[in-house]
Amino acid sequence: MINGIPIDYFILLSAVLFTIGAIGVMARRNSIILFMCIELMLNAVNILLVAFSSLYQNASGQVFVFFVMTVAAAEVSVGLAILTMIYRNIKSIDTNLLSNLKD
Amino acid sequence: MASIILLIVLFPLLGSIINGIFGKNLSKSAIGYIASGVIALSFILSIVAFIQLQNVSDRVVNVEFFKWISSGLLDVPMGFWLDSLSSLYILVITGVGFLIHVYSIGYMSEDEGFSRYFSYLNLFVFFMLMLVLGNSYVTMFVGWEGVGLCSYLLIGFWFKNMDYNNAAKKAFIMNRIGDVGFILAMALMFVNYGSLNYSDLLKSGAVHYSNSVTLIALLLFLGATGKSAQIPLYTWLPDAMAGPTPVSALIHAATMVTAGIYMVVRSNVFYSLSETAMLTMGIIGGLTALMAAIIATLQYDIKKILAYSTVSQLGLMFLGLGAGAYSSSVFHVITHAFFKALLFLGAGSVIHAMGGEQDIRKMGGLSKKIPTTYLTMLIGTIAISGIPPFSGFFSKDEILAHVYEYNKGLWLIGVIASMLTAFYMFRMLFLTFWGHFRGGSETYKHLHESPSVMTIPLMILAALSVIGGLIGLPELLGVKNWIGSYLDNVIQMKSYLGLSHETEWMLMGIAVAGAVVSIYVAYQLFVVSGVLPADKEEDLKWWQKIIHHKFYVDELYDNIVRKPVDFMGKVCFKFFEKIVMDGIVDGIGNTTLFLGEWIRKIHIGNIAYYIMVMTGAIIAIFIFIK
Repeated sequence: MINGIPIDYFILLSAVLFTIGAIGVMARRNSIILFMCIELMLNAVNILLVAFSSLYQNASGQVFVFFVMTVAAAEVSVGLAILTMIYRNIKSIDTNLLSNLKD
Repeated sequence: MASIILLIVLFPLLGSIINGIFGKNLSKSAIGYIASGVIALSFILSIVAFIQLQNVSDRVVNVEFFKWISSGLLDVPMGFWLDSLSSLYILVITGVGFLIHVYSIGYMSEDEGFSRYFSYLNLFVFFMLMLVLGNSYVTMFVGWEGVGLCSYLLIGFWFKNMDYNNAAKKAFIMNRIGDVGFILAMALMFVNYGSLNYSDLLKSGAVHYSNSVTLIALLLFLGATGKSAQIPLYTWLPDAMAGPTPVSALIHAATMVTAGIYMVVRSNVFYSLSETAMLTMGIIGGLTALMAAIIATLQYDIKKILAYSTVSQLGLMFLGLGAGAYSSSVFHVITHAFFKALLFLGAGSVIHAMGGEQDIRKMGGLSKKIPTTYLTMLIGTIAISGIPPFSGFFSKDEILAHVYEYNKGLWLIGVIASMLTAFYMFRMLFLTFWGHFRGGSETYKHLHESPSVMTIPLMILAALSVIGGLIGLPELLGVKNWIGSYLDNVIQMKSYLGLSHETEWMLMGIAVAGAVVSIYVAYQLFVVSGVLPADKEEDLKWWQKIIHHKFYVDELYDNIVRKPVDFMGKVCFKFFEKIVMDGIVDGIGNTTLFLGEWIRKIHIGNIAYYIMVMTGAIIAIFIFIK
């Protein structure tokens, strides 16, 4: 394993990061924080992918990480643009205010 | 020859298309010229075809243009069949049709639907020619349906009047009942003899006896009762008088209603194999002739009288067909076309003079005001009454002589019917033209003779009504019966009169004496005693009421057919439509609405909440999959 660190630690780290991200998405109302939490979850998965790729000596896991990073970057750019528009319209980025579709 | 026959049929179609599409932009005289012109061309070509036909061996020309239907064993070509029978028919259709077209130019001159009228009328002639010239039963059926359609369109020509529309629908539906018979007969013919083409069926010996022959003949006759207004389907014809009068003359007197006779004569090979069918036809024809003649004696509407007279005369023709006198019936079709078209056009001229009034109770003394119409109608009335030497006498006498030989009881019915014919026709003539005028003074001032475009066709038809009998003089007079021998090759089983000369003279004497007595009675009643028809219904005696109400046949049909159907419709509407169908459809909608109302409560519009539910659900899925 990588420098003798057992795989369990990577899984644990990844799980902790993912949970923090998921709870953050559910608990916070600020859209920017929401984005950051989403990034956290994506990166948790990335760590796991790299770890297993190294464990099984298989490069495809690492290739996949690049895809995830690219998609994440694209997602953030689109998401921030949407956020800007939301801010222009309601002068806030609080997600709880976005409930017009309900009625 | 092929191109001549094709042109005979196509000219009226051309006229119909021109008037139908461009009629709005054409002047009335142009429309009239086109419509009458194409029929005149057809008539001239018909004469040419008729003359050329005399040089053809067997007098049969079969032209096939292309394969129309080819399916399994069924093989129907599109083509025409010109023989002795159809050559006579096309002459009558285009000849009388031409005169009626010319007359219509005058009669319809004030109408706004002038081009539509002529378009329909030309289309009718096209389909009628298809009917008589088609070379298979299928082609005949095309024409058969086509004339029914045109009849419908022209009866309901003044479609703003709801009664007229109903009359048109009635005519169409009654005809459909007959058509069912025709279609079934065609199916049986195909099953039994493997073809529907005349070239296969009319070969001698092609149609052999089979169990279905009687059924085929009877089903064909059912078709004929619809088109030719016989019991039980005759009630549409009197109502069909809602159409313009020239239409009544052309379609409902001279041509379309005689299509049934054409069809029976064309199919005589089937009838000659079935005694039952012949007898049925004779009885139905005789009863129709008698019943319609009785009804006609107490009608007040001048066109209704003529309509019932047409039904009665058609009955007489079927009586003749039943007795096997095919050529005599065709002879009567031709003379009837002359004098009945004349009478209808004359009645149209009277209605024209009276400003639209059709009730003979409001007429009287018209002979001084409209002498041409009076004289021509007098000729027509004498001709239909069967006074020699007018045309109606010869054809009617020939039919009655054959019927006498066939069945004495039916002969008696025929004689009574023709006596009544003389009676009601002269009743109409006396009440309309004799005596003093019974209408309002305004109408009296308005009275005028029709323009010559209307009177000249009347005169020509009057001349034909006088001399029309020449084509079928009885052999009793020592001359050849031209029409009888001309039609010989169409008829498989000829019936020759086996009566002695004394009997024939006696029958003629009885017929003429009967007619004269009827005319005398009518004269005594309506001229000498001056009996006028009752103005109000209450003044009628009970038996007169029954006759005036046409034996309540319409009411009977209403009760036994329309009301049960109506009732079933109501049940279906109230139960199936309202409860079952609406219940299912509304139920689906209501369920969706109810579920939606309930499910929408879990949507609170909070993103965090949605994500939480989603995450929880995903976790739950993982747990359960485990």
